[in-house]
Amino acid sequence: MKASAKVYALHLGVVALLAGLGFVLPEYHFGLLSRIMVLAVFAMGYNMLFGYVGLLSLGHAMFFAAGLYGAGLSVIHLGWSVPAALAAGIGCGAVLALLVGLLALRTSGVAFMIVTMMFAQVFSLLILYFSAWTGGDQGLVVPQPARSLALGATTLDLTNPATRYCAALTLFTLALFVTLGLVRSRYGRVLVAIRENEERTRMLGYDTFSNKLVAVVVSGAICAASGAVYALLFGYVGSNFASVQYSILPLLWVLLGGAAATLGPLVGTLFMYYVTDITSGYTSAYLLIVGVALILLVLFFPKGILGTVRQRWLGWLP
Amino acid sequence: MDKKPFDLSKSRLTRRTALKGLAAGAGLAAAPGFVRYAQAQSSAPIKIGFQSHRTGIGAAYGRWYEKTTAAAVKAINAAGGINGRPVEVVIEDDGTDPGRGAEVVGKFATQHKTDIVFGTLFSHVVIGSAPAAGEAKMPYFVVSEGHHVASTKLNRYVFQPGITDVKSQIQSMAPWIAANAGKKVTQIFPDFAFGYDHRDYLPPALKAQGADVIAQIAIPPTESSFTKYFPQIPAETEVIYHVMVGPAVLTFVKELGEFYGSNRPQLFGFIDSLEAVDINSPGLEFLDGSHFWEGSPRYAQADDSAAQKAYRAAVGIDDNGAAVGDPKDVSTAAHMFGCWETLYVVKKAMEDAGYKGPEDRAKLVEATEALTEFAEGPEHPQGPKTFNGKIHQCFGIQNISKVEGGKLKVVHKTKIEDGLYEPEGDYPKQAL
Repeated sequence: MKASAKVYALHLGVVALLAGLGFVLPEYHFGLLSRIMVLAVFAMGYNMLFGYVGLLSLGHAMFFAAGLYGAGLSVIHLGWSVPAALAAGIGCGAVLALLVGLLALRTSGVAFMIVTMMFAQVFSLLILYFSAWTGGDQGLVVPQPARSLALGATTLDLTNPATRYCAALTLFTLALFVTLGLVRSRYGRVLVAIRENEERTRMLGYDTFSNKLVAVVVSGAICAASGAVYALLFGYVGSNFASVQYSILPLLWVLLGGAAATLGPLVGTLFMYYVTDITSGYTSAYLLIVGVALILLVLFFPKGILGTVRQRWLGWLP
Repeated sequence: MDKKPFDLSKSRLTRRTALKGLAAGAGLAAAPGFVRYAQAQSSAPIKIGFQSHRTGIGAAYGRWYEKTTAAAVKAINAAGGINGRPVEVVIEDDGTDPGRGAEVVGKFATQHKTDIVFGTLFSHVVIGSAPAAGEAKMPYFVVSEGHHVASTKLNRYVFQPGITDVKSQIQSMAPWIAANAGKKVTQIFPDFAFGYDHRDYLPPALKAQGADVIAQIAIPPTESSFTKYFPQIPAETEVIYHVMVGPAVLTFVKELGEFYGSNRPQLFGFIDSLEAVDINSPGLEFLDGSHFWEGSPRYAQADDSAAQKAYRAAVGIDDNGAAVGDPKDVSTAAHMFGCWETLYVVKKAMEDAGYKGPEDRAKLVEATEALTEFAEGPEHPQGPKTFNGKIHQCFGIQNISKVEGGKLKVVHKTKIEDGLYEPEGDYPKQAL
């Protein structure tokens, strides 16, 4: 089998597996997996920039939150429909990413981390400042009746667990194949070249700034799509999603699952979620256990789970 | 040695034996609690999902909420449980995080399969979890004091029957402040939602009493030093109304003391600032003589009712409001009574509804909405309350306490009517 056929078979297999799990998972895990798929898309957006371009951002919570608030507030205050709200959320994230990228990409390395973190802090404080509209630190509920999607004669209730699972799987599948297509394209190879040696890439005639800027916008838009869908599926927008914690989380998920691996974000998010969920049932010191698990993973899987699998056994993994 | 099998055919039931048996059975059945426990033996427990702030910013509250809940459940079970079934509490940590809070509600509904979810304090966790409760049609009894439930912005499954909301609390304070502390008030509050409730509700309440808020100073949540804000306090201020919360409150009080020295305006605050903090901590001396709102008094009072004394003993707090045997472990007394009282409201509503299991959750919602008042007593030791089923919120008395000799002494109790306001919506109009 050709490498590309293997790649597509694997990704289709993962999507089919997730779809199949929907029929057999117990109710709780069914709901949890919906949430994990949506947040894995957030990690995919992060991976786009961190894994493939080598830019470590500490401010991606602002893109997730831009999608969250863009979609949520347009439903709450403007009464927009779900598709319009989704578009608004993704649009907000993309525009914000463009503006942040134009400024932050003038820096690199540690400075890029600091600048993105500062932008995210400004965004978070703006949410608190405009609390009359955003609900401040308490956040707002997206009304249940507004969370339905009219498709011809059918109306899909996004608060229904089965509909929610399908919607999350649809978003996940789209994001997975968009990122897969991008990283396997000519453009994706340019991004990897920038990551490996930006100077040499520039000498080869590529406009590295423009390529990185497009990557920031794509990354921001994917994260915003995740945030927008989160607001519409789970009905809550809150400033904690713009906090630095939500900038660190996708970094952890990607590092765990494997940076620059298209399926790494799913594996990392799944792993972290279940370690937290299971251990919190036994002890309030569950973060200690999560920390130990992270240390063990770094020791034995330094490139993340899928990164190590790729290095040792499956070199064709994208 | 041969063991003979127990042979029923050889036993004879005489009339005397039968009468003895009947008499013994009747005696047991008439004994308090027996009937209910006899049924309980064949019934599964009522499972209450406790969404606890075990970690995160709410951990101090969470620990005491757990202690109070455990004490209330012990008392309820000792008296026969609910509808003859024992109560079992299942605890999940929400990390004081709204995202995790919603997941925890889902876990209670679909994995633990609890009958209700209960006990959340922090407003953002309540608001973040409410959609999950509404979608799962899971009655969600919070002990938060936020105005979010009464605002009717949540959904029909969310109730706050065991603690008053902040709007009502603020409104209740205004008459006493205007009459006793002063008529020109400057507010200092944290620049986030908790502070905004005070910013928005105090001025109209004071206006109605002939007093005015002459300045409002919002302090960013990231601030760690406050001296630069104090020159903004107008010189004619008679009362400083402060509701700073979080670790910075000690610095705030210390710097305020350094700014004013011995010649200060009256101080009025909400004890939320100092819950689980020893009032005699270094730096808090400046608060001597100042006044605080307390939901339930931290310190034992001379006129405590028998119910209040029994409640404090059951929860395990001493006369200073600290854990019995550990004077440094100061409780969150002003709020945690809400867990005790809420569980008794749940008990009453489940009994009124004839609650048998999750299929009766809608009946439980309607039975809770039908409640109107709770008399002061062992089930409601903080005081009497009324309940408005339209807005799913209770109303009760409030305490104003003065810091005297390193203790908080209640100097005034408000009336229930002081905290009443017009309903802002009507939850029962929403479909179940």
